Amino acid sequence: MKTLLKNREAQLALVILSLLAMIGVIIPDFLAFSNLLGVYTDTSILIILALGQMLVIITRCIDLSIAANVALTGMVVATINSIYPDFPVPVIILIGASFGTMLGMLNGWLVWKMKIPSIVVTLGTMAIFRGAVFLISKGAWINAHQMSASFLEIPRFVFLGLPILGWCSVLVIAAMYYFTRHRQLGRKIYAAGNSPTAAYYIGVDVGKKQFIAFTISGLLAGIASYLWISRYAVAYVDIANGFEMLVIASCVIGGVSIAGGTGTVIGCVLGALFLGIINNALPVIGISPFWQMAISGSVIILAVIANSRSERKAGRIILRKAVQNAS
Amino acid sequence: MEKINNSSFETKDIEKKSLPSWVFSWESFLLATTILVFCINCLASPYFLDAWSLSDATFNFSEKAIIALPLALVIIVRDIDISVASIIALSSTAMGFTAEVTDSLVLICSAGIIVGTLCGALNGLLITRLNIPAIVVTIGTMSLFRGITYILLGDQALKNYPESFSFFGQGYVAPFIGFEFASFLVIAVLFYILLQKTNFGRRTYAIGNNPTAAYYSGINVAKHKLIIFIMVGFFCSIAAIMLTSRLGSTRPTIALGWELNIITMVVLGGVSILGGSGTIVGVVIAVFLMGLVNSGLGLINVPGIVMSIIIGAMLICVIALPGAFQSLRNKVGK
Repeated sequence: MKTLLKNREAQLALVILSLLAMIGVIIPDFLAFSNLLGVYTDTSILIILALGQMLVIITRCIDLSIAANVALTGMVVATINSIYPDFPVPVIILIGASFGTMLGMLNGWLVWKMKIPSIVVTLGTMAIFRGAVFLISKGAWINAHQMSASFLEIPRFVFLGLPILGWCSVLVIAAMYYFTRHRQLGRKIYAAGNSPTAAYYIGVDVGKKQFIAFTISGLLAGIASYLWISRYAVAYVDIANGFEMLVIASCVIGGVSIAGGTGTVIGCVLGALFLGIINNALPVIGISPFWQMAISGSVIILAVIANSRSERKAGRIILRKAVQNAS
Repeated sequence: MEKINNSSFETKDIEKKSLPSWVFSWESFLLATTILVFCINCLASPYFLDAWSLSDATFNFSEKAIIALPLALVIIVRDIDISVASIIALSSTAMGFTAEVTDSLVLICSAGIIVGTLCGALNGLLITRLNIPAIVVTIGTMSLFRGITYILLGDQALKNYPESFSFFGQGYVAPFIGFEFASFLVIAVLFYILLQKTNFGRRTYAIGNNPTAAYYSGINVAKHKLIIFIMVGFFCSIAAIMLTSRLGSTRPTIALGWELNIITMVVLGGVSILGGSGTIVGVVIAVFLMGLVNSGLGLINVPGIVMSIIIGAMLICVIALPGAFQSLRNKVGK
């Protein structure tokens, strides 16, 4: 029991359950199974993006361009669909996934080969991707009636009670769990982030692992972009604006340390669900959506404070570090 | 963040230089680029080389530039602050509400300054007392401050500012020299003295070079960082006064996305994101460079969002340049 309480994922699960209980007291309908499934489906895109971001953060990088990637890839996908409505949807998804991967690879390549700090790279590509959306669309919107029915319907198709959109995130969670726990490459990504110098000396190419993390993050963003566009049935320049903060917040709340090397798929998913539940419950409880940003901001700060408490090393330290993040 | 594999940069220290070192410095490279952009601008638009047009252009970057100066110190000590634009928004909101009840310029400005400085202090306290990386803290406070602005303002705008308030953003202290631009120049000189001529500045570099060594040589790292973050908050509020006064209103979306521009100014100015190096002169030249690029693009009617593509690309290219140059030289050397 004691070890269970010390486990970060268990703590977070407990917090989520009590949050649900609190909301349930005010609005009992919120706890209906169908509604909870709806909340999960609603959070699916956030979960997918957060898992990609997790890999990047584990390698001691950060991807601020992830939402801009969704917007750009989404616009590409939507444009193809609106110009060629007869194009089969799987092909479009494939194009979206590869386009997102390419954008991720661009980030990763700049970090790996050009040795530019990821925060600089992704701040830059964030602006570039957003600008590119404007160039493609010339500022115009692509609305639902310009998209084909099959393009919009597939993620909504309900299979075993859960829409395909929800199943997509289940699939991504399973794949990422397998990748991070049971694949050598996944473990090497952890090693690269945990101690780059040590990883270097045991033959792990740290830069290449960062490149791979960015590539996977881009792939997931590409998949998420199709889901996003078909879910909201509209594409415009400002799509997913500011969403990168929610994605990073999910990781941080889920216990992914910004100093690299730690973080689990389960924690990350729970972190995203936590934010998803809050965002879904706010309007139901009758709090104006204007509160949403301030609440997620406070939650991020509280979560990192909790993280820094739990990361504090016990025992005698001979040479105290001046700052923890002096990496 | 990634400090390994950068030993390749050290080779340049051993090389013998026959020319004075400033010829090869980042600052002179920037200066040359700035002059080049100036000339291109002159050719590209007949309206560019006009005293009023140049004077107008200074208004567009002065507010950001005022924040870039303290942010340079933050980046030199290996931290980052991406909440600066949100601090402007919150500080401007405080001024907006004060202006609803009073016409006193002193009260309006001090409300903004107090709120901005407190925001900076909150960032600094979270980072130094709880040992949390600056990037996560400021991602959090970025949403928090902007979120509070949304809560307080909703979708309305506050524009009940007195007539005299407009001086800070629109006034001139001399022909063609706006109050904003003059303030920027004064603050830049102050920061130059602070960083290059005082103990405080030397400590800032020491912390950025090696925080642990700095700590053991008796520098109070936490207090030093706290002061720097408070400074950022303070200058954000100064910028907020100018911006609010220039626009004449406070909206929740005020200064949205400015952090990219401000960080670009600092990094372009040669301040390494890995800490420990960079000068105020470099930042000031970078500010002028970006101002020229912006005004030049504006004169040939390039939309704002396309400008941000160019700024983003400029940021990446400029940072990649020294590394690319170095590896090219290594290849040629072999």
